[in-house]
Amino acid sequence: MIKINGNLIEADEIKLADYLNENGYRTGRIAVECNEEIVPKSQYESFIIHSGDVVEIVSFVGGG
Amino acid sequence: MKDTFVLGGKEFDSRFILGSGKYSMELIQAAVKNAGAQIITLAVRRTNTKETENILDYIPDNVTLLPNTSGARDAKEAVRIARMSRELGCGDFVKIEIMRDSKYLLPDNAETIKATEQLANEGFVVLPYMYPDLNVARDLQNAGAAAVMPLGSPIGSNKGLATKDFIQILIDEIDLPIIVDAGIGKPSQACEAMEMGAAAIMANTAIATANDIPAMAGAFKSAIEAGRTAYLAGLGRVLERGAAASDPLTGFLRD
Repeated sequence: MIKINGNLIEADEIKLADYLNENGYRTGRIAVECNEEIVPKSQYESFIIHSGDVVEIVSFVGGG
Repeated sequence: MKDTFVLGGKEFDSRFILGSGKYSMELIQAAVKNAGAQIITLAVRRTNTKETENILDYIPDNVTLLPNTSGARDAKEAVRIARMSRELGCGDFVKIEIMRDSKYLLPDNAETIKATEQLANEGFVVLPYMYPDLNVARDLQNAGAAAVMPLGSPIGSNKGLATKDFIQILIDEIDLPIIVDAGIGKPSQACEAMEMGAAAIMANTAIATANDIPAMAGAFKSAIEAGRTAYLAGLGRVLERGAAASDPLTGFLRD
């Protein structure tokens, strides 16, 4: 199981780049964290998410 | 002499930091333009859907972004959000916002000091939102804050300068820009804070909940500029008692 933004996904491993592409993310507009550590944009292509990992994908929204 | 506002090594002409929450993206451009704002706050949130619209598409490129850490309940979460905001690639300014209390949204000063120290050490330009307390402001300065952002009244309340006397103490005693944040509800209150010697004003809800958002952004701009000019001019004195004629006391039409 992999957790991305609070949602559980049945998979042993996922390529981060594939996940971002399939879900239509604009990589210039997001930041990714895996197990509370930043995943630098330069690593998106090679980064593998493994079972048990907790991933957050964020972007800017309006705020004070 | 040019009166510039220096923050994190950058020079700004505007002393109005505009929030971008609670209004439509289409109105942001007009609000930024009328506000003359050069710094805009943003929040960081999970993005799940195939969103094609992004707020950054609506903010002019020459504006400095000030992400906040809203949603953080302690220093650790604030540090994580700040790191993510920097990874979003829009600079290293961050407004620390840490709240344990969801009813009044009051900042947790102790956790804010911890997060300020950590993030300043990591090279961020740290602007901590805080409850106006002189000892805490000193701790924030020692921790490496670039400015201190005391609240005027609870976030989003539009109640104005409820903490006025304590903000004045920070202005008088702390050798950092004091940016009044939260609760400023109308231009006259922004003007008053600037007359007191605040370095800048941060406002969001007052503009976002106005009937005419771009017009209110412009009204705040004028008020902040007027207050700044008045501060630099030096306010006239106040008499405790009595009166002082403005007119000559001679030459009356009587003998």
